[in-house]
Amino acid sequence: MSRSPYLSSAPSVSIIMVKVMLALVPAIAAYVWVFGAGILVMLALASVTALAAEALMLKLRNRPIKPFLMDGSALLTAWLLALSLPPLAPWWLVVVGTFFAIVIAKQLYGGLGYNPFNPAMVGYAVLLISFPVIMTHWPAPLELAQAKLSLANQLQYIFGTTNGLSLDAVSMATPLDYLKTQLTLHHSVQEITAAPQFGLLGAKGGELVVGAYLLGGLYLLQQRLITWHLPTAFLSVLALMAGAFYLVDATHYAHPLFHLFTGGSMLGAFFIITDPVSGPTTPKGKLVFAAGIAVLTYLIRVYGGYPDGVAFSVLLMNMCVPLIDAWTQPRVFGHKK
Amino acid sequence: MNALINIVKQGLGLGSVAVNGGVHPPEHKQESTTQAIGQLPLPKRLVLPLRQHVGNLPKVLVAVGDKVLKGQLLAEAEGNISAAIHAPTSGTIAAIEDALIPHPSGLPDRCITIAVDGKDEWIALAPSDWRKEDKTKLLESLRNSGIVGLGGAAFPTQVKLRTNAKSHVDTLVINAAECEPYITCDDMLMRERADQILKGVEIAQYLLGAKECLIGIEDNKPEAAEAMRLACAISPLSKLVTLKVVVVPTQYPSGDARQLIRLLTGIEVPADKRSTDVGLQCFNVATVLALHRYFDFGEPALSRIVTITGNVKTPANFEVLFGTPITDLVKAGGGALEDTNDYIMGGPMMGFSLPSVDVPITKAANCIIASAPNLFAPAPPAMPCIRCARCADVCPVSLQPQELYWFSKSSNLEKARDYNLFDCIECGCCTYACPSNIPLVQYYRFAKSEIIAQDRAKEAADLARERNEFRLMRIEREKQERAEKHAQKAVGAKAEAAKTESAPATEASDDASIAAKKAAIAAAIERAKVQKAAAVPQNVADAKPAVQAEIAEIDARREAAKQAVSELAGDNTPSTQDKK
Repeated sequence: MSRSPYLSSAPSVSIIMVKVMLALVPAIAAYVWVFGAGILVMLALASVTALAAEALMLKLRNRPIKPFLMDGSALLTAWLLALSLPPLAPWWLVVVGTFFAIVIAKQLYGGLGYNPFNPAMVGYAVLLISFPVIMTHWPAPLELAQAKLSLANQLQYIFGTTNGLSLDAVSMATPLDYLKTQLTLHHSVQEITAAPQFGLLGAKGGELVVGAYLLGGLYLLQQRLITWHLPTAFLSVLALMAGAFYLVDATHYAHPLFHLFTGGSMLGAFFIITDPVSGPTTPKGKLVFAAGIAVLTYLIRVYGGYPDGVAFSVLLMNMCVPLIDAWTQPRVFGHKK
Repeated sequence: MNALINIVKQGLGLGSVAVNGGVHPPEHKQESTTQAIGQLPLPKRLVLPLRQHVGNLPKVLVAVGDKVLKGQLLAEAEGNISAAIHAPTSGTIAAIEDALIPHPSGLPDRCITIAVDGKDEWIALAPSDWRKEDKTKLLESLRNSGIVGLGGAAFPTQVKLRTNAKSHVDTLVINAAECEPYITCDDMLMRERADQILKGVEIAQYLLGAKECLIGIEDNKPEAAEAMRLACAISPLSKLVTLKVVVVPTQYPSGDARQLIRLLTGIEVPADKRSTDVGLQCFNVATVLALHRYFDFGEPALSRIVTITGNVKTPANFEVLFGTPITDLVKAGGGALEDTNDYIMGGPMMGFSLPSVDVPITKAANCIIASAPNLFAPAPPAMPCIRCARCADVCPVSLQPQELYWFSKSSNLEKARDYNLFDCIECGCCTYACPSNIPLVQYYRFAKSEIIAQDRAKEAADLARERNEFRLMRIEREKQERAEKHAQKAVGAKAEAAKTESAPATEASDDASIAAKKAAIAAAIERAKVQKAAAVPQNVADAKPAVQAEIAEIDARREAAKQAVSELAGDNTPSTQDKK
């Protein structure tokens, strides 16, 4: 049998992963600017855990370790998970989440290419369900914090070597969480968003990070590492949904831009829902998948038990991927439909 | 969306229609287009494989030792789809035996070897005044022209030119896209022999009765396009029908017939139909030129232009006689550079590695690439599929290669078929684009051959089952018939015993009818024997006496063996009919 084609153009899987991580760099810089350098420690913790867990599992599964560690997928999962967590969190939170993502969600299903669920989101969901208080309390941006935390303070917090710093002292509810709880106390959206943690469009400080995600996402599009379908469908359907509710009752439903610029919307749009392994492959399927995530995210945010819904929506839609792919097969050349 | 863009594009007169997918590999065409088409010196021996085309093997008409002239018919087309083979130069038939041929399988096949005498002596050529001849006669003569599609598919041209009431060709598409990297034989042919190509187009148009002729050329061949435009302008054909050179964007695989038709006419030939069902027929430029040489000069297909390129000193194009060893061509290209480790026939996207550099040039050989590790690096080890769908983005047929890969890998062949595996044209775009370096096309070739083998096995099993059921039924029926006969006889005997004297007349008539039946049976057996004796297998009908003697000997041995077996097995040996 012939081995043609003899030519290849494609960047390798590792190059793709490295480029995606490169696209995350602006957001990481923004994190450091807004919340301090603690995020770098979190990223390092997640990276080491991911690589160790991946190597261990590859060894147990009798797979070659080096090529799969070099593909960069475990590292990327670790980064995405670390960036989904509060930027200041105890070390074991990062380790448990990453370990779960790599071992259970990825390797036990067969490793790279075989995981039906987005590993980072599985790790996130496990942590959110298990430790809801830590997961929904973010450190206050440095400019709002009562006590400005030095890097040493942050390290102490992460590794739990201090008695002085409690969760309440350094953190505050995220805008999505705050909005949700305050709405149940019959405040209007306008009153609620006057609180200090709200910025121009989303969270104070967090907006910068969101903007950096958008920038990185545009780089991914420009590099053709993702197609327009997923982010466009996700963001526009989320905006449409929020817009419709906002138009009906602006005192109870937040502005559509607020939904785009808070929580996991922008990270999700460009970096999470674009995970190829657990997502659909057909162009139409991508539109359906992203739209489904957007609708679920909005519903969970407004009616669900958690402040944000990106992770659960992604996992729910991951389940529908085989069906979506089967239903959205493109017309083959020379066939009717 | 694409449809909309296409309508707008056509409305604005922007020419070609966008097609899905496709890739832009580095072209590497300029290397072999610096010099004119060269001629090779006559080789000492020519090895002509019988399998140079799609379809039945031709029937050999010559024997070892025969003297042959240039252009003499060596093997004639057999059956509907087949092509003849001619002597590319004069000489003596040195052998008719199995030899290595340029085929991806690397297996040897039947070849005719000619010891070249160097005189290059022609047969009497019989050009035809084709404009005055009857079309059916022309097509009949084309059967033994030896012309096949020279773009690489090698489908017998005579079959494609036959039209009937059902297939009516309005548009003749001339494929000059030459979309694969490295290959430049059509490019050079158009630059140098555009006028001859147009004469061939005239013949094809005449035979098909087409009202429009479109010549599709990729925009990386401006010289060729210009030459063809000039030739079109002065061609008498331009006064009869619409005759146009259409330049299409360079994109692999625009040279696939269905893709090019879509590009030039906007028509998408349905997957389950031939292009002629929608009024289109497509020929390669070199093929129509061969038509011109056949009808206007009487020359059958004896040579073709071949590109020698890649890791050789002076890449170029040569006119090469079929059967010429590829080593001669490599020599003509200045010889292979030191690190050459492989030779590829065809382009780097769809070609295959040759089993040896000594195999001959055949009708399908458009290009020989000397390969080296620095030209075509061995593929890195494959990683798992990450479902990135780059393969789907570049698939010109809009398949889902990642799904087909999954199904092929897990031998889920039914599913692969459902996902239109057989629409895959094996262009290699998916493999080219795969970041995990998965040899996707190989998986598809494997799955296709598995499905075909399964279908054949199923067909054979069905047939065998049917036969067996019929046999059991027959045995049952015969048993019943015998039982009935016995019963009747018993009844008859009783009746006879009862009234022996009362019916002598009926008995006599019974005897007569039995005798007549016996005679009829004897006659039938005799006829069958005669028929069996006359039914010599076709392929040995005209064998030489020596061969026939050998066959008789083999038959005798086989007969003896059969007897021995039946003696061993006693009477239980099933009849050959049941075995089949």
